[in-house]
Amino acid sequence: MKFPPFEFHRPGDLPEAVDLLLSYDGEALPLAGGQSLLPMMAFRLVAPKALIDLSAIPGLDGIELNGDSLRLGALVRWCDVLCSPVIANAHPLLVEAVRHVAHYQVRNRGTLGGSLAHADAAAEFPAICLVSDAMIDVVGRDGKRCIAARDFLLGAMETDLREGELVAAVRFPIWPAGRLWHFREFARRSGDFALAGVAMYCDPDRQAGVCRNWHIACFGLGEVAQRVDAVEAFLEAKPADTAHIREAVLIAQRHLVADGDIHAPAGYRKALATELLGRGLNEVFKAVAGGDG
Amino acid sequence: MTKANTYVGSSMPRVEDQRLLTGKGEFIDDVQLPGMLNAAVFRSSMAHAIVRRIDTSEARALPGVVAVLSAADLPRPIPRIPIRIAPIEGAERFLQPVIAEGCVRYVGEPLAIVLAESQELAEDALDRIEVDFEPLDPVSGIGDARRNATLLHPEAGTNLVADYQVTRGDPAMADDAALYRRTESFRIQRHTAVPMETRGLVAQWDAGQGRLTVRGAAKVPFFIRNHLARMLGLAQEMVELIELDVGGGFGVRGEFYPEDFLVPFASRAVGRPVKWIEDRREHFMATAHSREMECSLEIACTSEGRIIALRGEIAADLGAYVSPTGPIVPSRAAQFLAGPYHVPVLDLHVVAALSSRTPVGSYRGPGRFEAAFFRERLMDMAARDLGIAPDEFRRMNLIAASDLPYSIGQLVPYEGPASYDTGDYRAVFDRCLEDFGWAERRKLDGREVAGRLHGLGLACVIDSSGAGPGEHACLYLQQDGNVRVHVGSSALGQGIETTFTQIVADELGLHPERIRICHGSTSLLDEGHGSFHSRSLIMGGNAIVVAARALRDAIRNAAAARFGCTGDEIRLQDGRACKAEGQSTAFADLAPLEGRGSFGGAEKPFGYGTHVAHVAVDVGTGHVEIVDYLAVEDAGRIVNPAIVRGQKIGAIVQGLGGALLEHLVYDDEAQLRTASLADYMLPTAADFPQLDAVTLALAPTPRNPLGVKGAGEDAIAGPGAAVANAVAAALSRYGVEPKELPLDPPRIWALLAAAAARACR
Repeated sequence: MKFPPFEFHRPGDLPEAVDLLLSYDGEALPLAGGQSLLPMMAFRLVAPKALIDLSAIPGLDGIELNGDSLRLGALVRWCDVLCSPVIANAHPLLVEAVRHVAHYQVRNRGTLGGSLAHADAAAEFPAICLVSDAMIDVVGRDGKRCIAARDFLLGAMETDLREGELVAAVRFPIWPAGRLWHFREFARRSGDFALAGVAMYCDPDRQAGVCRNWHIACFGLGEVAQRVDAVEAFLEAKPADTAHIREAVLIAQRHLVADGDIHAPAGYRKALATELLGRGLNEVFKAVAGGDG
Repeated sequence: MTKANTYVGSSMPRVEDQRLLTGKGEFIDDVQLPGMLNAAVFRSSMAHAIVRRIDTSEARALPGVVAVLSAADLPRPIPRIPIRIAPIEGAERFLQPVIAEGCVRYVGEPLAIVLAESQELAEDALDRIEVDFEPLDPVSGIGDARRNATLLHPEAGTNLVADYQVTRGDPAMADDAALYRRTESFRIQRHTAVPMETRGLVAQWDAGQGRLTVRGAAKVPFFIRNHLARMLGLAQEMVELIELDVGGGFGVRGEFYPEDFLVPFASRAVGRPVKWIEDRREHFMATAHSREMECSLEIACTSEGRIIALRGEIAADLGAYVSPTGPIVPSRAAQFLAGPYHVPVLDLHVVAALSSRTPVGSYRGPGRFEAAFFRERLMDMAARDLGIAPDEFRRMNLIAASDLPYSIGQLVPYEGPASYDTGDYRAVFDRCLEDFGWAERRKLDGREVAGRLHGLGLACVIDSSGAGPGEHACLYLQQDGNVRVHVGSSALGQGIETTFTQIVADELGLHPERIRICHGSTSLLDEGHGSFHSRSLIMGGNAIVVAARALRDAIRNAAAARFGCTGDEIRLQDGRACKAEGQSTAFADLAPLEGRGSFGGAEKPFGYGTHVAHVAVDVGTGHVEIVDYLAVEDAGRIVNPAIVRGQKIGAIVQGLGGALLEHLVYDDEAQLRTASLADYMLPTAADFPQLDAVTLALAPTPRNPLGVKGAGEDAIAGPGAAVANAVAAALSRYGVEPKELPLDPPRIWALLAAAAARACR
């Protein structure tokens, strides 16, 4: 359980980090919080020739609320998210999701950029990016580019990042007042990878007793977090009642893709995801009716 | 006479804790010796294969690598690891060589050992060893093993280690057509102890003196010493095994494993000290597994619910080789299948088979956890069929106090008949139900509360303790008035330094601070038999009682000579020998004196108790929450209530792990899929916050002077059974009957799905 040999660099800015990554011809890996990478190295599942430690690069840990977005630097840690009054208002769904990330030791070091680049199927943060239509700012050889979360997350531990590219920041659209949201996941023990989870939000029209602009993502059940567009479309402006929840769950069952592993078969994961979806919708609909969103 | 007991029976703070809590404990990885090398073991990646060639040249060429030893470097014949307990006839055909030679039989089997200047370098070298394997079909489970299509040990002609019948009573009685009967099949998953500290050794060969020192011993240091000396061609006194502090044993630590030979052998081969620390991944494949067992069982009872017979078959997977303790697992499952109940007819076929998996060994409560699950599940099904409440069914069938001692017959092939000793099984049962509020809570059975279904489950357990040869103790009164105690028991975290101190303090009338328990080395005594089967207090503790009484007599006689009286007139108090008229002398003035004692050979005592679980099942997710859990047990007599409670609670949590979480998963190629603590789910502090254990000193055993029964293991027997019964009760509206563990969410979901499918038919 000891690391294989590797070289170590701690660049002072992003261009230098990119150059270092490129100089290893794909055999170097960036190090952010190290909460996934370092255990994988200890297990010798990965053996990079070099680690490019990003911790000395200034400006990557910013939490900024601009006119139209919440911008989070790639080195923002989970614990930063949890204690940020800005994020508490600007993205309460994100805060709730981060509460479910691993254990507090991991939350003290793990970064959201690292989580996104690692792209574990059961990770909360990629699902929040996906459900929120977040934009990922990446930096590489040819400068910056912005990638929509939907295009960034390609599969299990697979992203659109090209060789030498680094996640620099994630931008979330502004969160309007009154938005209803829900997050829940189910793991065997507190802190474990979720067997399935669901994140959702919508904007209520209280006078009409309906919600619009549904955003729903399920994660942990397949290779990558999944938006359930069909359910979103179905629920648009539908009255908040149990019949519509049942119908939404049935639609989700038809659209979600699940995989099995040693912890749970695909059938269970799908059933779990739809169960959680139903429970989440129930909570959101209660909030619409109760007006306490 | 000494004054009345004041320490025995009190929750004296553990004398070990000062050392451990201030970071002054010494664990194996703390040991640093000059010139010490680090070892890493190269293990088979194949489950079953011919080893055509091992190429270690690239590994040897790595700078900092001192040696790479494989079978070719060992003397012939390659030593085989001996059986320590449960010597089933014929099992010796399946012993594990200390290093694989020519054939590998499980993933993780040692093929070579690398010695390097650092642990990192040793692990780097592992990546450079190349093996040319010729794959063979794996034997992937009990069914596969029994078919004997692929033989793991072709020279033996079978994969079956054991295949025998145990019976008691008149089988004809069970054939009465008027009896109610039901047959069910059950299965327990492969899981194991997973102590927080993995195994580790530091071996140091002193070429000048021809002497070997091995640190990191635990459980049975003398047994290891004796066999290691034999394998290395050394005299026993030239091999010293030293115990250090350990982070848990639970039966798996301290048995003879391949590394127990390889690391000392390597140290001698290179003439330098060698440290080997098992990492967590290799722990999962290299340290004994346990529990994997299938059972087909028939219960026969009268229409009133009186059990007449239990008949059926137990089949256990022992892994690729017979480990030092392997056959204990199925044989004890059979012995304890009837539990604390009056079962007139018992007729069990016991099969132990080999598969391409890590060898199986004893894990806390071997066979008891399994037996309780099989029996208690079937009892609940029978009670439901007969319309009898589960508590009534048990109360009616528990052995009555007036029937104790109760002969259970000869139920294992390697021991004579046994009998349960003392107790009041029904009184403890009633106490448990009363303390738990069974009658009131029972109203929740099968009811939905806040979206979850509640259920209660019961299990009654019984367990022997104190097996094996007797134990020895020497007490030395030193010039400073302190008493040093040498004993052959070993410490695995169970607090024997404290309990033994309490015993000596009471026997000698001496303050605990003046007593030091020394158990750490095979050089302290001529022989010792260590700690297993909850025997330390029974064997070591009673040996200490005998030795302390000998020392007490020696002190009295010495004082009597000084005062010109008889020994009877001398009283021992606060470290002084006192004559009635106020004359007294400090123990120190009488030193040196010693007392020796042994204890052993008696029949085993049997601890017993009742467990009750209250669960809430989330039908949507399959999650089972332990709402509450209580065990009430009788330990005969208690030396330290706080330590006993800790043992019981620890055992319950460990058992809940086996009931709900833990599973060593193999795929069809016999590859282990759970090799980290992310994939192998241990209970954590957050999982089972609500549970308790009450231990009574109701019926001291007459089978040892202290009157004690083992307290370390029996409580692990209950949780699998009690939780499964509680889940069945919670899901009774669906007719769900769990027959397999662990009751993880996907299994609950599958049970409910199957029930729904039945309902649709």
